[in-house]
Amino acid sequence: MAIVTPLKTAAEQALSQQFANVKAELPGTLPVRKLREDAFAGFEAKGLPHRRLESWRYTDLRGLLREAKPLATAASVTPAITARLAALPFDGVRLVLVDGAFRPELSTLEGLPDGVSVQPLTEALVSTREDLARILSGPSIADSDTGLMLNTALMRDGVFVEITEGTELAAPIAIVSLVSGEEETAIFHRSVVLAAKGVKATIVEVSESAGPKASQINGAIVFETGDESDVQHLRLVTRQVPETVQVQSLLATVGAHAKFESFALVCKAATLRQQYFVKYAGEHSEIGLRGVNLLGGAEHSDVTLVMDHAVPHGVSRELFKNIIGGEATGVFQGKVIVRPHAQKTDGGMKSNTLLLNDGASMFNKPELEIFADDVVCGHGATVAQMDGEQLFYLMARGLPQPQAEALVLQAFAGEAVEFVADEDLRAFVMAEIRAWLSQREASSVVSTV
Amino acid sequence: MVGLVPTIPVFLFHVQVVDARHRAEHDAAEIRTETMLEIRNLVVKIADEDKQIINGLNLTVNDGEVAAIMGPNGSGKSTLSYVIAGKEDYEVLDGEILLNGENVLEMEADARAAAGIFLAFQYPLEIPGVATMTFLKAAMNAQRKARGEAELLTPDFIKRVNSAADALSIDKAMLRRPLNVGFSGGEKKRMEILQMALLSPSMCILDETDSGLDIDALRIVAEGVNALRDKSRGFLVITHYQRLLEHIVPDTVHVMSKGRIVKTGGKELALELEKSGYAAYAEAA
Amino acid sequence: MAAVQETIDQVKSIDVTEYKYGFVTEIEMDKPAKGLTEDTVRYISARKNEPEWMLEWRLDAFRRWKTMTEPAWSRVQYPPIDYQDIYYYAAPKKGADPKSLDEVDPAILETYKKLGIPLREQEILAGVAPENRVAVDAVFDSVSVVTTFKKELAEAGVIFCSISDAIQEHPELVRKYLATVVPVTDNYFATLNCAVFTDGSFVYIPKGVRCPMELSTYFRINEQNTGQFERTLIIADEGSYVSYLEGCTAPKRDENQLHAAVVELIALDDAEIKYSTVQNWYPGDAEGKGGIYNFVTKRGDCRGKNSKISWTQVETGSAITWKYPSCILRGDGSRGEFYSIAVSNGAQQVDSGTKMIHLGKNTTSKIIAKGIAAGKSDSTYRGMVSAHRKATGARNFTNCDSLLIGDQCGAHTIPYIEAKTATAIFEHEATTSKIGEDQLFYCQQRGLSAEDAVALIVNGFVKEVLQQLPMEFAVEAQKLITISLEGSVG
Repeated sequence: MAIVTPLKTAAEQALSQQFANVKAELPGTLPVRKLREDAFAGFEAKGLPHRRLESWRYTDLRGLLREAKPLATAASVTPAITARLAALPFDGVRLVLVDGAFRPELSTLEGLPDGVSVQPLTEALVSTREDLARILSGPSIADSDTGLMLNTALMRDGVFVEITEGTELAAPIAIVSLVSGEEETAIFHRSVVLAAKGVKATIVEVSESAGPKASQINGAIVFETGDESDVQHLRLVTRQVPETVQVQSLLATVGAHAKFESFALVCKAATLRQQYFVKYAGEHSEIGLRGVNLLGGAEHSDVTLVMDHAVPHGVSRELFKNIIGGEATGVFQGKVIVRPHAQKTDGGMKSNTLLLNDGASMFNKPELEIFADDVVCGHGATVAQMDGEQLFYLMARGLPQPQAEALVLQAFAGEAVEFVADEDLRAFVMAEIRAWLSQREASSVVSTV
Repeated sequence: MVGLVPTIPVFLFHVQVVDARHRAEHDAAEIRTETMLEIRNLVVKIADEDKQIINGLNLTVNDGEVAAIMGPNGSGKSTLSYVIAGKEDYEVLDGEILLNGENVLEMEADARAAAGIFLAFQYPLEIPGVATMTFLKAAMNAQRKARGEAELLTPDFIKRVNSAADALSIDKAMLRRPLNVGFSGGEKKRMEILQMALLSPSMCILDETDSGLDIDALRIVAEGVNALRDKSRGFLVITHYQRLLEHIVPDTVHVMSKGRIVKTGGKELALELEKSGYAAYAEAA
Repeated sequence: MAAVQETIDQVKSIDVTEYKYGFVTEIEMDKPAKGLTEDTVRYISARKNEPEWMLEWRLDAFRRWKTMTEPAWSRVQYPPIDYQDIYYYAAPKKGADPKSLDEVDPAILETYKKLGIPLREQEILAGVAPENRVAVDAVFDSVSVVTTFKKELAEAGVIFCSISDAIQEHPELVRKYLATVVPVTDNYFATLNCAVFTDGSFVYIPKGVRCPMELSTYFRINEQNTGQFERTLIIADEGSYVSYLEGCTAPKRDENQLHAAVVELIALDDAEIKYSTVQNWYPGDAEGKGGIYNFVTKRGDCRGKNSKISWTQVETGSAITWKYPSCILRGDGSRGEFYSIAVSNGAQQVDSGTKMIHLGKNTTSKIIAKGIAAGKSDSTYRGMVSAHRKATGARNFTNCDSLLIGDQCGAHTIPYIEAKTATAIFEHEATTSKIGEDQLFYCQQRGLSAEDAVALIVNGFVKEVLQQLPMEFAVEAQKLITISLEGSVG
């Protein structure tokens, strides 16, 4: 078959130029440099992801990135940043990135609990640990993704968190990534969380913008969790400037008899692609990926996940709730792979969507790829409108339509939120959802279907 | 696999005929009671685990006898019923199970069914898409074929099913629905007894048949079972509670604990147990 | 219920463990040289005595085809096909273009008889009530050898003939509808078909007519190294109804053979077309040697309001199946259905499913797909449901279930569900499971053998789809499914 070499777009050319300019100064030991070079070569061969790539079918990054913004440089701490940090409710360890660079002076590093160590990624990348390249790469199912390749090539900073065996954390560790938004920039950051055997921890990841200018964000977080660990991950992508284009990758390798739960709340996130590459490294583990997407205006939210049941006796659950209004677009692509010999796999995947008005769209592609026979796997996808009877019942009891709708929608989203294990965080997520709904209610938008 | 020759000389004086009904005819001429089911020193563990469930169990059920096994949860009652019926999840480490003197342990589950063993499941399975009638006919004819009998003609089959269904107050509409799919607990249990009646086994095992039944359903099921009591048929009634035994009155009551029979007595033993509980026997084991 | 019971009874009496349609008919054939050039296209057109417009249409397709590349997006894998190593036309020498059954080579009649398809009307009529009659178009390699009951059908105004005859006798209908559902350049195999299609069936049901009998086409590939390029066009005019069946078999051969068909259905206002397939092309041996590559484009256009198209397929044959019978729901209130059973065993590969494209208002669609994979086979359901912005009130229900037998096979589900109107209601559910050990034990406890128990459970699994088939086909299909799965239970 003929190999088609596409013409490079302006953004692709600019990215090549940027990489050539900065690769010498980007942090990294030899193996890390090789990782960067290989990743960039992979990116150059394929270009920016576009709709003819099956895994990027509904998010045309090539079309979205008309130009590549300049790479972010050290930002000054604006009052807006200080204000945002002050408003965040998370006590305990807080690790702050501004424009992708770790800022110890804004972080709470003193009083790190026993068993937890934190390093800026810039330092970790030049450390001598031998498993660095392996850790950074994550599960092999992520290898061919060009969005991630760009991150690998250009990642500058982030945090490298290690939690030693048996450590049980009382409070969450928050990784807060703020965009200064004073200039239009491109931000590439990556964080790593290594949770050893028996660790119990909650990691909160926040991605927000403080200033008015839109950025291009390419973030990644890598989890490696040990046997019998219980790691909860909560991601909040909530305050972004319109025009922001963001790719967030989550890579996780989960040990045996372990639990790994991730929940993502997306609202006011402009254009966002979240991608999950998760692999079972040991048997008898339970993994849950869940989320709520609240979309309006011209927003676009893409959740694409690959769950790799590489070993027997894995349990996986995915549940995404999408509420879509305006001209917004929701995307859910889930692929559950059950490898040969991964017997007794139990997989369940669901995507439920409510479309609020004409103009809103939802694209679902829930896939099963199964090579073992003794498994129970299923997926379901629904697209519908709010239940008219429920609304009518509430309105008959005297609630105005916007309020009745808010109640129905809150209940709909709540079905996924209840999987957030930490009570305070769960309450916080529900409060954010209510805030979004009451804003909608206040502008008296009602569904038109 | 069915023609395995029994190798236990001690039992040779018993007449050995595989087909229960033929045997019944022979028996009619004789007065003496014979052994229907004999379990000797049975030791069983779960196939993939090291967990031993039955620890040297001995049990005899004679022709026409209704024997009850009572015992606390986890004593191995259900396991015993599965092992007799030939479920593959268990490994028999020692002992024998003889039906009419023939060891059934080497037989597949379907061969044991054809030889006359019937297990009324505690939780009857649902088989989507397969109409109950279809299933009944397939099962009846499979057993007839295994015994070298001619297949039933459809009108004859339908007549039998209808009369059995009437006796158990089973709605004909249920027979057209997929087997056990969407049936209530009581309906499923009645369906088990219906199958028991149609397949006319020689050795009936009822595993917790009373669980999930209200009093009316219990009475119907018990009447169905009682109607099948016959001097050529043995029953093993497994239950946790004495309640069922008020309706199906046993000849013998065995108490099972920790995988073996720890006490045997008459029907009054059941009442005794109801009062005193199982605690005393847990120790005895 | 009757069908299921019948099958259990019948399956017991069958001891075929191999493909039973695998015989070869020795017959003298008329073939051009192997390979594909403009001359091949001209040759085919000339042999069929086609009008100039048809030749031009073919040549245009051929030129476009040369610029296209073979699709690679499906999950099936096969060595590259050498399109120059195939015969594109093969017709029996004796009695070419027969005017009546007496002119047809007796060897061919014998072949169809062996396949259980009698072509002599008196044989068909023996013991069959009129309402149960089935009219047959028999396509042998590249040509239609006979079409039965033409006269009776003509009395009702129904046109049922080979597409070659239709080009001669009803050019206005052919020109009006051909390639209006599957455009010439729709895909690589469809374009190839446009250039070299040889025969197939043509059906036209006039306004308000309910076709008085089932119509069917029986495709047989017999010649070695020969591709079969069938073309079928069915038009149901306003308020009409037709039920059409299709069956296919081929001899056992060590080499792979290509079958690239295009089927187009058009339903005008209030019309209904029911299209059923029992596909039993030679699947190759257990190691994957030989077998048919079944690369087929089937699409129905619900062009009129309240029209309905229903596809039912039972796929047991072919080394590779690449097939997505689809519905374009253009007319307001139109309805599309897809019922499928795909059974794969040995080294078979199946990538099949459907597309339901909702364009009109208040359109509904339903998809029930059952995949059963055994041996070392690989089975993929690929489907798309989409509602365009103006397709208000679109409704879809999809259920696709896979059953795996053995641990060497694979089952995959790739659905695309695209809602661009907020009034759509789409429900999709899919499951993959194996036959439960507990279910098997329960059946065995009642005396069924393991094999019978599997057959029973599988029949239950596919029943919802089988019920869509006409009775005789359902029985045939059930036998096929059981035979296809023989030896798969250890």
